[in-house]
This record gives sequence, C-alpha cells and structure tokens, in this order.
Amino acid sequence: MESLLQSLLGDNLLTLVLYCALPLVFLLLYALLAILGEVKISAFMQDRLGPMRTGPWGIIQPLADVLKLLQKEDITPKDADKFLFNLAPYLSFMAAYAAFAVIPFSSQYVGADLNLGAFYLLAIGSLNVAAIMMAGWASHNKYSLYGAMRSVAQIVSYEVPAAMMLVIVVLFVGSLNFQDIITAQSGPFWNWMVFGGPKADVELASGEILGASWINLIFLPLFLASFVMYYITGLAETNRTPFDIPEAESELVSGYHTEYSGMKFAMFFMSEYANMFLVSAVTAILFFGGWNSPFGVYLGDMFDAQWLVALEQFGWLVFKGLFFVFVIIWLRWTLPRLRVDQLMYMCWKVLIPFSFGIALIVGFLVVVLK
Amino acid sequence: MSQTLEALQEDIAAGRLKTDELVLNMGPQHPSTHGVLRLELVLDGEAVVKVIPHLGYLHRCFEKHAEAMTYPQVIPYTDRMDYLAAMNNNHGYALAIERLMGIELPERVEYIRVIMAELQRIASHLVAIGTFGMDIGAFTPFLYCFRDREYILDIFERTCGARLLYNYMWVGGLSHDVHDGFEKDVRDFIKRFRPTIKEVNDLLNYNKIFIERTANIGVLPVDVAVSYGCSGPMLRGSGVDFDLRRDDPYSIYDRFDWQVCVGKGEAGTVGDCWDRHMVRVWEMEQSCNIIEQALETFPPGDITEAIPKRIRPPKGEIYTRVENPRGELGYYVISDGSANPFRVKARGPSFVNLSVIDEISRGHLIADIVAILGSIDIVLGEIDR
Repeated sequence: MESLLQSLLGDNLLTLVLYCALPLVFLLLYALLAILGEVKISAFMQDRLGPMRTGPWGIIQPLADVLKLLQKEDITPKDADKFLFNLAPYLSFMAAYAAFAVIPFSSQYVGADLNLGAFYLLAIGSLNVAAIMMAGWASHNKYSLYGAMRSVAQIVSYEVPAAMMLVIVVLFVGSLNFQDIITAQSGPFWNWMVFGGPKADVELASGEILGASWINLIFLPLFLASFVMYYITGLAETNRTPFDIPEAESELVSGYHTEYSGMKFAMFFMSEYANMFLVSAVTAILFFGGWNSPFGVYLGDMFDAQWLVALEQFGWLVFKGLFFVFVIIWLRWTLPRLRVDQLMYMCWKVLIPFSFGIALIVGFLVVVLK
Repeated sequence: MSQTLEALQEDIAAGRLKTDELVLNMGPQHPSTHGVLRLELVLDGEAVVKVIPHLGYLHRCFEKHAEAMTYPQVIPYTDRMDYLAAMNNNHGYALAIERLMGIELPERVEYIRVIMAELQRIASHLVAIGTFGMDIGAFTPFLYCFRDREYILDIFERTCGARLLYNYMWVGGLSHDVHDGFEKDVRDFIKRFRPTIKEVNDLLNYNKIFIERTANIGVLPVDVAVSYGCSGPMLRGSGVDFDLRRDDPYSIYDRFDWQVCVGKGEAGTVGDCWDRHMVRVWEMEQSCNIIEQALETFPPGDITEAIPKRIRPPKGEIYTRVENPRGELGYYVISDGSANPFRVKARGPSFVNLSVIDEISRGHLIADIVAILGSIDIVLGEIDR
C-alpha cells in the first residue's frame, strides 16, 4: 500500500500524511454507520421505528446529528481550567486514533508494522485515561469529577485482565506483532485462535515457522474462555453497558463529559465509537483470524489480483469488527448497569484470577508441546 | 499498602490530615429524580452519609385552591396531584363527598369505577416499573412498559376524551358512560398485557445484574415503615399484608376474589428495592384478575341517576382513604354547608413514602440512591401539590 502511494505521488510528505490518514477516513465513515446502527438497532429492539424523516428510512440522520453538533455553541464553563478543558477531548480522540496505527486492515496495509504492536496497543490505550481525568477535573463539576474518578478506576483495573488475554495469544504465537498473530491463523476458520489456533505448521510474516498440529484442539476451551473474558474487559474499557458506570445517565448525568457541548462533545463521542471498533477489531485479530477469510481462499487469488485480495481482507476484518460492534450495541439495549463496587469485584476477584490461571496453563502447554 | 492506609487513618484521627464530606445537589434538574425533586446528598467518597430531600418546586396550592372552588370544581385539581393515577385521585375525592352527602351509587357506576381504577393502577405501575428499570440502566423494558400503558390510555381516551387528566369520576356518578365496545377493548388489553408481564420478568426482574443491583439495597424494616406511615407497595414490600381495598373496603372491592401481594425477600432481605418493585409487578396481575371478574358481571344501567342537582353537603367532616397505586390517598373534607368546601386536606402517599429515604439510604452508594428513589416511586405533582 505504501509503495502504491509512493509510486503514485512520489516519496514525499504528502504520501506519508495520506498513508497515516487512511484509517481516519474509514473511522469517520464507520462512526456515521455505527451511530445509525445504534439508533436503528435500539429502535427495532424496542418496538420503534427510529429516525424516519431524515432521508429515506432515516439514513442521513447521523449526518444531521453531526451538523447539529457543529452548530452548537461551544461552551467553556466559567470556573473551568480552560487549557485542560479544551485539550481533553482532542487528547481522548488522539489516544483512540493512535491505537489504529497497529491495526492491520489487510496483509498489505498496517499503519505501523511494529514488532511490539500488542504492547503499543496497551500502552496507548492507557492514554485515554489521562484525557478522561483531565476532562473530569477541569470541568469543575462534581458529577464530572465522580465520573472521571470512576472511569479511571475502571479502565486501570480492566487493563490488567485485558493485557493478560493479549499475553495468552502472544505466548502461543511467540510474537507481539499483529501481522504475525493474524498470519498464524491463516487458512480456514478452524485455524482461528478461538478454535484452538493453527492445525498445521505456519510460516509467520517474520519468516519464522510456527510448529502446529491438530493437538492444538486442547487449547480450544482456554482460548474460548479468554475470548469471552477479553470481550468483557473490552466492554469495560469502552465504558459501554453493563459497564457504562462513568457515564451512568441516571446517576451522574453524563459523567466526565457533562459540561461539554458542540464539537468537543462530538470528539468524546467519536473516541467512544472509535474505541468500540478498536476493541472489536482486536478481538477479531486475536481470536477470529483478523483479516483472514473464514474459507481460507480469496477471490483475488483466482484472478491473480493482489489488490482484490487486499480489498477482501479489509472487508473481512471490517465485517468481523462490525459484528462485534453490533454485539456491543445489542448488549447495551438489553442489560442493566452494574454498580461501581460490583464492577471492581468482578475485575479483581473474578477476571484477574481466571486470566492468570489461563495464562499459566497456556504457558505450560506451549512449553510442553514444543 | 495496609500500613499506609492505617497511617493515613491515624493521621485523619489525629487531625493532621483533613478530610471533608462532599455535598452533592442531585436535582432539581437531574435525569432520575422523577421530576423536580432536589436531593441534597452528603457524601463520604461515594458513600452516602445523609440525604435531605428539598420539596416545593411544583407547589400549586391545591388545598387553598379547593377552598375557593365548588365541590365539583375541585375534581380537576385532584387529577393534577398524582398525574399518573388521576382516576384513583378522582375516586377518593368523589367517595368523600358522596359519603358526606349519603349518596347511594348505581351498580354500573361502581363497576366502571373499579375497572377504571384498576386499569389506572396498571398504567401507573407500568410507569414505575419502566422508569425503575431505566434508573438501573436498562432502557428497553421502559419502552415495553410504555407501549402497553398506551393501550390503557387509548381506552380512557375513547371513554372520556382525555389521556392523562380525566375529570371522569364525578360526585354521584361519572362524566360519561363507557364507550361502545369498552368491554371488548379491556378484554383485548388484558389478553395482550399478560405476556408483557412475563416479558418484563424475563428481561428485567429476574436478570442477574438487576437482582444484584436491587436485592439487599434500601431495606425498609417493618417497624420503620409503620412508624413513618409508609403505605402501598412500600409497606407491602416490607412484608406487611395491608391493602385498603381489602382491609377498609370501599366501592365494591369486597365482591372480587384477589390476593394482596407482599414482599417475601426472594432475592435478598424482605423490604429491599427488589421486593418493592416485585410487589408492583404482582399487583398488576391481581388488577387484571379484578378487571376480568368485574367484566363478567358488568351490569347495564343509567350512570347519571345518582348525580345530585345541587352539591351542598350538610355540615360535617369526613376522612376517606383509598388505595392509590402509591399507597394510602386520604381526603379530609370539612363542609360548612355551603357550595364550597371549608377545608380539603389531602394525605398523599408519595409525600409520606419519600420521608423515609434518609433512613433507608444511609451508608449506600450514590448509585443505590437512584435505585432507592426509583423503588419508592414518587410523583412530584402529589408531593408538592
């Protein structure tokens, strides 16, 4: 992809900027789609129609929403810490977007092919906490502060089991690079991690050979459990129901973004939706083969067209990601919300011990089987 | 870690480190205070030390107004007290004046009143259940509840033209006879409604997270409930088997076969939020039973025959109480023989039930305050009057 851009535009700054901005284009389109999905799915679950007036069947509603937010007055409360207050939403979105750098959209395109991809993801994911704390503190509002404190407590604790789940896959594959993790799951869907990982030897993108056989089936229950646990921690990290405690509408009005309006609110909103896709995409990458086709073959290979293969891979990743986004939305309109202490209990007393247990067993099995 | 914590606590105890309680104003503009209630929360971290409710944002001088009105003119004002249960409010007031004047009602009027009051009870409980779910964070059951409430409002609309404030039960009768096809409409409604109860049970009431959030929260012991004068689902949730429809029978409730539902502490302690909530759910089924029985023996007749031409009750005073969806709604009316009441005092269930909130919410977290307030099921129109 980079070489394609370079051949078109030459090796200059524009190429670089374009290359970095590609996920942003996707993200903006995805956000519109997800907002529409949220309102329409919730409507169907609740015996309603949802928006029907803006455009045919209401499909332009998200655009109208964005337009409305753009027109809103940009309010900064009198007693707010102006610098931090104005910085927070952009930092929040930046943190969400920066994580997209290591998401491989296809075998041809990844923003930054880092060898420490998984590690980078965890590190940059924590940046969001700083933004939320900033917003909550700078708003000079008790509700915002409570929301921020809850959010920080929640995200910091849930990062531990989330990291453990990543480590489990990393242990198995032996690489922190997402392209390697995806390549390890190439072939038909039974090679996906959630079904126990590859069943035959695979050559990783880095050139190493990952030895594997059908004995990997014993990993199936372990990976299945860690998939479910990763998804739960993902829900908590994106502040979605049943873990939407920092924004609990019925308690804290809107939590840390109570005082935000207009475009700055939109930034928080965008970063929430970006995080939703991020968690879904990482779930797909770690456990559902990332951009791998579930059938193990691509249409592009038949016509010997690499661009078509890349497009298909992109399609598969987005499809899997959107599916998990759909599940997040589905859960939101079904479940009530946990209380803050129950959330902490679940993290520290349930998820963390289990994740350590699974990591130990997987580590042991990996050593024994190799 | 524990050492530092102990050191901190020592510092606090010795006064070297100053900690303070935080006062948080919840409302009057807050999504879950169910109107314009202001709760002043004194907090220690997230734990609640004290709750002080501030009332009066919706005060409309009902009692003073009533003194300047003729007896029938007061009825629309009773509508506006508990605006989710206007039929029941009308019923209590009409009953008080009828007892003062010694009016015997035609059978048909009594039947229609009971059916309307029970439909209104279902509608009111649906709002309570739906909004309680929303307080806990479940949005979808709320819309299911409101969908079914809509059928009831449609029935009311077809009968008397109004959907919220009916002015339907008049002294000695009703404003209109029921519309053609009323019986079929109500039967259809009950047929559609019974599955909804099951649906809400599956989706919300027996949901693990919902039980975790409401069981053992805001436990109201029987002695506290009685000494504060709680009534309705609040009192029955604490396990007290008391319902005015059975224990101080008015209208024709004594003719029907139905049960008084009480909290049993299935999910946690008797008298917790879950119990109060479930009493409402069970009561809806009992209301359906009453309505079905009433429809079976629904008599024909003229509903206007007992309406007096001139409403001037003889000198005297009376206290009449009826079972409102929220509890005991009492009217104390003094008549001086003129066309206007000398004094009308309303005893509102929400007002009394709310007074217990400080007692039952100390030591809980902010999130529990929302649950407790939701389970008390207040209507600000009636608290402030």
